[in-house]
Amino acid sequence: MTTWIEVAHLDDIPRQGARVIKTAAGDIAIFRTLEDEIFALRDKCPHKGGPLSQGIVHGKKVACPLHDWKINLDTGLAVAPDVGCAARYPVQVIDGAVSLSLTPETTLSE
Amino acid sequence: MARMKLVLVGNGMAGMRTLEELLKAAPDHYDITVFGDEPHPNYNRIMLSPVLAGEQTVEQIVLNSRDWYAENGITLHTGKRIVKIDRKNRRVEADDGSSAAYDRLLLATGSKSFILPVPGADLPGVIGFRDIADVDAMIAASSHYKHAVVIGGGLLGLEAANGLKLRGMDVSVVHIGDWLLERQLDEPAARLLQKNLEEKGLKFLLKKQTAELVSSPTPASGGGVGERALLSSERPSLLELAAKSPSPPAPPPLAGVGSTPRVRAIRFKDGEEIPADLVVMAVGIRPNTALAESAGLQCNRGLLVNDTMQTFDPRIYSVGECANHRGIAYGLVAPLFEQAKVCANHLAEHGVARYQGSMTSTKLKVTGIDLFSAGNYMGGDGHEEIVFQDVGRGSYKKLVLKDNKLAGAVLYGDTLDGAWYFELMRDATDVSDFRDKLLFGRHHIGDSGAGGGMGDEMSRVMLLPDSAEICGCNGVCKGDIIKAVREKKLFTLDEVRAHTKASGSCGSCTGLVETILAATAGGDYSTAPSKKPLCGCTEHNHDEIRAAIMQNNLKTMPETMQSLGWKTPDGCTKCRPALNYYLLCAWPTEYVDDAQSRYINERAHGNIQKDGSFSVVPRMWGGLTTPKELRAIADVADKFNVPEVKVTGGQRIDLFGIKKEDLPAVWQDLSDAGFVSGHAYGKALRTVKTCVGSQWCRFGTQDSTGLGVKLEQMTWGSWTPHKYKMAVSGCPRNCAEATIKDFGIVCVDSGYELHVGGNGGIKVRVTDLLCKVETEEQVMQYCAAFTQLYREEAHYLERTAPWVERVGLSHIKAKMVEDEANRNLLAERFFISQKPAQVDPWKERTAGALKREFIPIRVVS
Ligand code: SRM
Ligand SMILES: Cc1cc2nc3c(=O)[nH]c(=O)nc-3n(C[C@H](O)[C@H](O)[C@H](O)COP(=O)(O)OP(=O)(O)OC[C@H]3O[C@@H](n4cnc5c(N)ncnc54)[C@H](O)[C@@H]3O)c2cc1C
Ligand code: SF4
Ligand code: FES
Repeated sequence: MTTWIEVAHLDDIPRQGARVIKTAAGDIAIFRTLEDEIFALRDKCPHKGGPLSQGIVHGKKVACPLHDWKINLDTGLAVAPDVGCAARYPVQVIDGAVSLSLTPETTLSE
Repeated sequence: MARMKLVLVGNGMAGMRTLEELLKAAPDHYDITVFGDEPHPNYNRIMLSPVLAGEQTVEQIVLNSRDWYAENGITLHTGKRIVKIDRKNRRVEADDGSSAAYDRLLLATGSKSFILPVPGADLPGVIGFRDIADVDAMIAASSHYKHAVVIGGGLLGLEAANGLKLRGMDVSVVHIGDWLLERQLDEPAARLLQKNLEEKGLKFLLKKQTAELVSSPTPASGGGVGERALLSSERPSLLELAAKSPSPPAPPPLAGVGSTPRVRAIRFKDGEEIPADLVVMAVGIRPNTALAESAGLQCNRGLLVNDTMQTFDPRIYSVGECANHRGIAYGLVAPLFEQAKVCANHLAEHGVARYQGSMTSTKLKVTGIDLFSAGNYMGGDGHEEIVFQDVGRGSYKKLVLKDNKLAGAVLYGDTLDGAWYFELMRDATDVSDFRDKLLFGRHHIGDSGAGGGMGDEMSRVMLLPDSAEICGCNGVCKGDIIKAVREKKLFTLDEVRAHTKASGSCGSCTGLVETILAATAGGDYSTAPSKKPLCGCTEHNHDEIRAAIMQNNLKTMPETMQSLGWKTPDGCTKCRPALNYYLLCAWPTEYVDDAQSRYINERAHGNIQKDGSFSVVPRMWGGLTTPKELRAIADVADKFNVPEVKVTGGQRIDLFGIKKEDLPAVWQDLSDAGFVSGHAYGKALRTVKTCVGSQWCRFGTQDSTGLGVKLEQMTWGSWTPHKYKMAVSGCPRNCAEATIKDFGIVCVDSGYELHVGGNGGIKVRVTDLLCKVETEEQVMQYCAAFTQLYREEAHYLERTAPWVERVGLSHIKAKMVEDEANRNLLAERFFISQKPAQVDPWKERTAGALKREFIPIRVVS
């Protein structure tokens, strides 16, 4: 069973931007795309741990602020040729309320 | 919906490149079928020379393995020659009877070696130099025979001769012209080349015309295993002679067997005869257009195509050496790859790209010889020449100028600056300002960065061990680059950057990386396309975008992207920050800055550190400070446990390791003490460095410190295309290093010298003297005008140094020194833009603006 924790309202997160949720297990970044899709990833770049929440969001990707790796928001996978993966967390938006589960997803969606 | 069918005829470099581009742009658009008459998958034809020379193997030069075709769902037919195009029923037919239907057809049949129509040209042992079969034939001949003759002293001929020599043959090069490579070199350079090649053991027969190839009276025995023999009975037409053998594997050794004698000698018009067991014809190429012609497509020295690479039949496209675009059939890969990109764009039905022709440059791939030529190197009416010759060192350089622009270049021995000259030609840069130093290369015009200093000649670079570090920023070694180029089949600098990160950061090793790329992948892949779009999201370049913003009154980013046909919904990390800046610069009082299009440093107004914390640098006007200010900084450092406090190279103090959520509180305290942001993080006015000046210094001629403070107060807060630094020195001793700043002032007794375009960073560049003025007011006015000109004209992320070099100092002088009215207009526009800009971003944020940027929105346990 997924335990949802309401963490924000959609308007708290800027379009093409991100905000940070602090948890005991580390920071989680919540992203909002131009199309208002919401994604959550561990706020740590698979390269050298850069804070992904601070990057530029474009399309369904974020560019890490430290060395510009591009990370796919929907899969957490680094865009080729870079290789690596940031953990994804389930998120849902109901009536503008954004909820998050603290159990990272285990399968890799394509 | 069923997918459309695309058939490619010609499994070579241009056609396959088009498919690769197409798969990137529209992976699922077509069912693709490829026909190639060679028995191999697509390979790097350029590298046949190194294969012949024994420097690479056939396996190493395969570009697309059979697995690659399978993985991408492409049906591959090798060893099948298309003999008929049925345009009405949209089918192609191969020589083995198989056929395929198409909705779109791509003809990339390349060209074939031209075989001189002389008696004996059809003898066994007479071949061209075009494909793997030719190379196999040469290698086989080299182990059985002694005398090789290469006809043609062009690039291909010399590379063939060099390879055969390395394989142990006795090689003579026969050339009809007065000197070698007359299409690439002028006579003095060609003489140097000939001398060097003679030292390697090659023989040359110039001004010689071949009359006949003579056969051996008695069959030689046991020769030519695996060699391709061309029999007159099989190939009656001379033009057909060089065509590919229809089916693999090559016919069994016929040379010297039975009644077919092999070539034995070559006889010239003057009667002289020399022995020849192998004759390689490298006298030119002819586009393979017979197929297209038979289908009624218009051909004239190549299959005619328009700017979208379409033939007269709109369903049929053509790229590569077989195509004639605006009267030119290109014979080098760089332009063919540009064509491939455009063609793929149209096949993908994106329909925005246009091919507008290319400028080409050439290099000779003979190890140990450095040769570069580009453009019109022979000169002529209205052209001027600058020449340097040092026969002792084996070095020759010639530059051809027309109207103070570089029109052509020949470099022999030292090709270090080839790429730079090529760039100057492509950009039609006015070189009058540095014409006196042009010949001595880029690093003599102030540019002595690592890339230039280390030298990038092929041989020197290739002598480095694999463990040599090439990219200091990203720790990439030579071996890493070679491995990536080979394994990932990289062709362009951009691709090498993406895969290895080499030269992707500060860029000073670009020349080295290009050389390694060229040596590994061959040829001249580094040549930049004739027009460079801002990024992959658009076809337009910086200047076109800036012009469109003004002309079409584009005021927001979505509007601009839509009006200019952006290919992505919201751009990328390259175009968004650039557009944000261009719009801000164009509409300073109206445009609402887009924080999400700013790099984090500018969004958070601090420099992000490797651990995600930030640094804070408050402004210290002109480097001046007071005990009170220092105390305030000390208090902040104590209060927030700042791990490190450092004096910067820009005469102020840096507080390191501040957590993002503490930033607003730190700024609050600094703001209360009277500090504003130092913009140490921005593409913005950074510091104004000063020296002591006339207030204290015994040599000071003017109040440099005071002037620096005034300048900083005038310009702070301004956003610029790249970082922008100033300095004021009180006398020519120049303690503030004003001559390596973007705008530098050197005070003299009679006034102020204004210097521009300096850079102390990756590539040190000393400023150019703009002019001399007499009063502080003039300094301020000129400074405002220059800054605004840079803001309005430079490309985003182009510092003043490369900008000044690109547009030329005379252009800048014309706009703001000689033209007083325009100078005043520029300054006026600068002051208008400064009004909304001089709001301290720190104070705004401590007052609550964008508060959420800095704190986590939620803490959950
Ligand atoms: C703090 C400082 C070093 C110091 O401790 O002294 C510094 C620190 C950085 N410099 Fe610098 N530069 C500093 C003075 C300089 C100077 C010296 C000067 O200004 O007199 C130069 C050479 C002069 C010049 O710019 O022409 C300099 C040339 C660079 C360059 C190369 C720029 C170029 O055009 O070649 C970069 C890279 C870039 O901008 O892309 C760079 C980039 C950086 C960055 C921002 C790297 C980054 O993107 O993270 C560094 C941030 C460190 C950090 O974590 O805060 N820094 N940097 C100096 C701040 C000065 C200030 O008060 O604002
Ligand atoms: C030895 C050598 C060295 C070179 N060095 C350089 C260099 O340093 N730099 C550089 O830029 N360029 C160099 N080139 C030129 C470069 O290789 C060519 O410009 C490039 O390969 C042309 O690509 P293409 O696709 O047009 O033709 P190709 O690569 O020749 O491909 C055409 C293919 O189509 C096949 N074909 C033709 N007709 C049919 C048909 N009817 N049915 C089926 N298949 C058909 C051909 O057999 C061939 O395989 C060199 C060429 C050679 C031969
Ligand atoms: S401060 Fe400048 S020189 Fe020092 S490591 Fe950072 S970018 Fe390099
Ligand atoms: S830490 Fe993210 S790119 Fe290096």
